[in-house]
Amino acid sequence: MHELGIVFYIIRDVKKVAQENGVQHINAVVMNIGEVSTIVPEYLTDCWRWAADKEDLLRGCELKVNTLPAVSYCEDCKCEYETVRYGKTCPACGSENTFLLKGNEVEIKEIEV
Amino acid sequence: MDQVKIIEIKKSVFEDNNKDADALRQELKSRGVFLLNLMSSPGSGKTTTLIRTINLLKGRMGIAVMEADIDSDVDAIKIKDATGIQSIQLHTGGMCHLDAEMTRQGLQGLELEGIDLAILENVGNLVCPAEFDTGAVRNAMILSVPEGDDKPLKYPLMFSVCDVVVINKTDVLPFFDFDLEKCREYIRMRNPNAQVFPICAKTGEGVDAFAAWIEAQVNDWKQ
Repeated sequence: MHELGIVFYIIRDVKKVAQENGVQHINAVVMNIGEVSTIVPEYLTDCWRWAADKEDLLRGCELKVNTLPAVSYCEDCKCEYETVRYGKTCPACGSENTFLLKGNEVEIKEIEV
Repeated sequence: MDQVKIIEIKKSVFEDNNKDADALRQELKSRGVFLLNLMSSPGSGKTTTLIRTINLLKGRMGIAVMEADIDSDVDAIKIKDATGIQSIQLHTGGMCHLDAEMTRQGLQGLELEGIDLAILENVGNLVCPAEFDTGAVRNAMILSVPEGDDKPLKYPLMFSVCDVVVINKTDVLPFFDFDLEKCREYIRMRNPNAQVFPICAKTGEGVDAFAAWIEAQVNDWKQ
């Protein structure tokens, strides 16, 4: 359900881009989705199929998902580490004074026309 | 075969909504209206908490409420009957959250003359509403005791976007394995700046502190 709302936003954005570029049909939309963005890629592509096929511009258009790794930063020992593996706790020094550097992206990278 | 052409976009899906939300906040600032976005799971006691809070504040400021649900108007009627203030129901048409544009449309349905505080009761859901900025000045969420003290760990985004966490149904604390101190600690991990107000909406205990926070925020915004 959450993914469906995101799909509606993607459709709105790519429609605008298609209009600006005089595109009649889009063959593929490429997304960058961060590992900790709370988006489930399979749900996103399922919702996409359902919603995209209702639009002439997007009938049969594939949604390709690039998953971007999540990286956190420790403010105490200044190191970077894998968020999914270690969560909030820095594996080097054990500090919880850490924050997410990247990995929550929900971004439209490009379209193929 | 047609040649494949790539058009690069590189744009966050949330970018347009974030811009709409900033514009809405600016408009509200110039009209002197403070918008509070209230979020929670279904059944956490949002409506009961609102009724208690509104009854404490309504003599001191003009208040209006927008109730967002997928269907029905039971909440809007309940608020109107229990507080006498302006209350409208928004239907999200199956969507699990409100965005800035839907909030703007909702505000157009209210008579904002003399209103200092508009409250948006978002759809009961701990995931989607956290991702879409509604244009509210502050975000508050209610976590009720039966849901468990581990929710800040399971729904990190919700707790990181909230300025306030209200812990409701403290009257049933003796019957649940809910550790209030642990819960505060989990909230701090997600959001060191969030204020926490334990309340019992049913009896009214603790609601005055939450109401005082709202009043101070509204006064700040109107300066």
